[in-house]
Amino acid sequence: MEALMALLVGLMIAAALYLMLSGLLVRFVFGFTLMGNAINLLIFTAGRLTYSDPPLINPGQTILAGQTANALPQALILTAIVIGFAMTTFLLILLARTFDQTRTLDADQPPFLCELPDTGPLASNINIPEKKG
Amino acid sequence: MLLIFPILLPMMVAIAMGFSRLNKQKANTAAIIGALVHVFASGLLMVAILDRQAIALWVGSWPAPAGICLVADYLSAVMVLITGVIHTAVIVYARKDIGSSQIQAGFYPFMQLLTAAICGAFLTGDLFNLYVWFEVMLMASFGIMVMGHFPGRMTGTVKYVTMNLLSTLLLITAIGLIYGLTGTLNMADLHEKMALVENTALVNSLALLLITAFGIKSALFPLFFWLPASYHILPVPVSAFFAGMLTKVGVYAMIRLFTLVFAGDTSMTQPTLMVLAVLTMVSGVVAAASQMEIRRILSFHIISQVGYMVLGLSLFTPLALAGTLVYLVHHIIVKANLFLVSGLIQKAAGSFDLKHIGSLYKTHGLLSAGFFIPAFSLAGFPPLSGFWAKLLIIYACLESRHYILGAVAALVGLMTVFSMIKIWSEAFWKPLPGNDATLVAVKPLSAWMMAPVLGLALITILIGLFMEPVCRVALVAGEQLMNPVQYILAVKGGG
Repeated sequence: MEALMALLVGLMIAAALYLMLSGLLVRFVFGFTLMGNAINLLIFTAGRLTYSDPPLINPGQTILAGQTANALPQALILTAIVIGFAMTTFLLILLARTFDQTRTLDADQPPFLCELPDTGPLASNINIPEKKG
Repeated sequence: MLLIFPILLPMMVAIAMGFSRLNKQKANTAAIIGALVHVFASGLLMVAILDRQAIALWVGSWPAPAGICLVADYLSAVMVLITGVIHTAVIVYARKDIGSSQIQAGFYPFMQLLTAAICGAFLTGDLFNLYVWFEVMLMASFGIMVMGHFPGRMTGTVKYVTMNLLSTLLLITAIGLIYGLTGTLNMADLHEKMALVENTALVNSLALLLITAFGIKSALFPLFFWLPASYHILPVPVSAFFAGMLTKVGVYAMIRLFTLVFAGDTSMTQPTLMVLAVLTMVSGVVAAASQMEIRRILSFHIISQVGYMVLGLSLFTPLALAGTLVYLVHHIIVKANLFLVSGLIQKAAGSFDLKHIGSLYKTHGLLSAGFFIPAFSLAGFPPLSGFWAKLLIIYACLESRHYILGAVAALVGLMTVFSMIKIWSEAFWKPLPGNDATLVAVKPLSAWMMAPVLGLALITILIGLFMEPVCRVALVAGEQLMNPVQYILAVKGGG
């Protein structure tokens, strides 16, 4: 089971990297979410995969009875999911606002390549390229 | 309890400032008071550390390896204190520099949150908690970057955001695998458990994963390209704070992890860090030489200076770590100061571009002093702080028989002088290009903006003149890092 999960995580990260490196920023968002999910699975697997009961203490007892699931990786994943969700939302809004100014989200286009547009008069002189089909 | 205040206070101030952002005067005053209280709390923590070497706090009273704990030793306490100082300087400068639209967009709450997150990263004793603080730090810095929708700022922000998100993904991957390997995320606990792991290949690959993650954060070669692409588009006080603090949090995390968690076997991490350090130092300083925009020159110098710190870490001797700590403190003060000065240069001369400015020495004498001191401290002139910081690092190189590394460090220092002299002669000595010199109107600079610049310059001089006590504290910190007994005892005792 662990080997299968490892393979799945590897595949997901490979796909995510491919998307991230494509240069189109919308694909970066998809790559980012995919990689976040892959890493959550990785943490889950790192906490050992066992068929077991939820880690709940039965009424009348003070300690856990029998084999129970590891709750910590799930808490970590929960935190990571929440943070990842916030980051994805921010990234989407940032890209929407960037598109308003640059009219392109292709990282190989001039607005992303020139490093000195600054806040000066140059900023309005960037020639806006045609959108790629 | 002292440990929680440097994190809690700015957070509380941030919430309070969220309500007062419509009134510029009130917001300014409240921010300065908040920053001063934070410095006071950090000072109390420093005093407690001088007294007790290392203290820890079990958050929510959950005992150490299970619960999250906050720990401070010399390194943490010094970093928290310097964060408070820079934050105050930047906030004072911002009083006259940040407009009411930016204050309404939430400039002050974001700055306070950023300070809280940086202090949290310096104080946490838990690896996952470190990741969380890094995320808080990112979110706050994103907020400040996009504030105000200036044209041209968005593309730089995209570069910053994407690279830093990738870095946190790598960080959480490494943390997940460390948990799978050892079953703990408490750093003091990991110090013992990591040594027991037999699969050294896995440990080494985790170390590399973390070097990559923190290499992006602290702008190491070849992962630094986001930094010069984004720092020069920010408002001046923000860029000063980022330049001083953000990359250094990455350096701090590397120091902490490689002296505490991956302390056992350094046969692979040491040469890797050395090579990275040298390449970072050289590429940063060479790239800076070709730039003509002040803040881009300074940005590339951040990269080359981070190389010095990683070089100090990579030697793994108490003296080298002491040198790294002195370098960190010196660099944070000087670099933040230079970015503030660049803002004043822009105010006085109208541009950040060296080709369009000149003759500032004639018109702004005090500003010249404010630039001269940090610039030549950065370049390593005695008796300023930079000289001693470089001396300690180079001495540690020679002491551990890494002669080539010492030579490279000295050479990079020399090339730093070149860039600083370039700014000096172009902005201050050269007559104003294309203009009749008699037409130059002297623009007076606000005292609110001059005060932090001169204050930080004074600190630079004082560190340089009183090197002996500073060095003594740094050496204790270096010993403490190489042999983290006190740190681990504090974590286990929860006191």
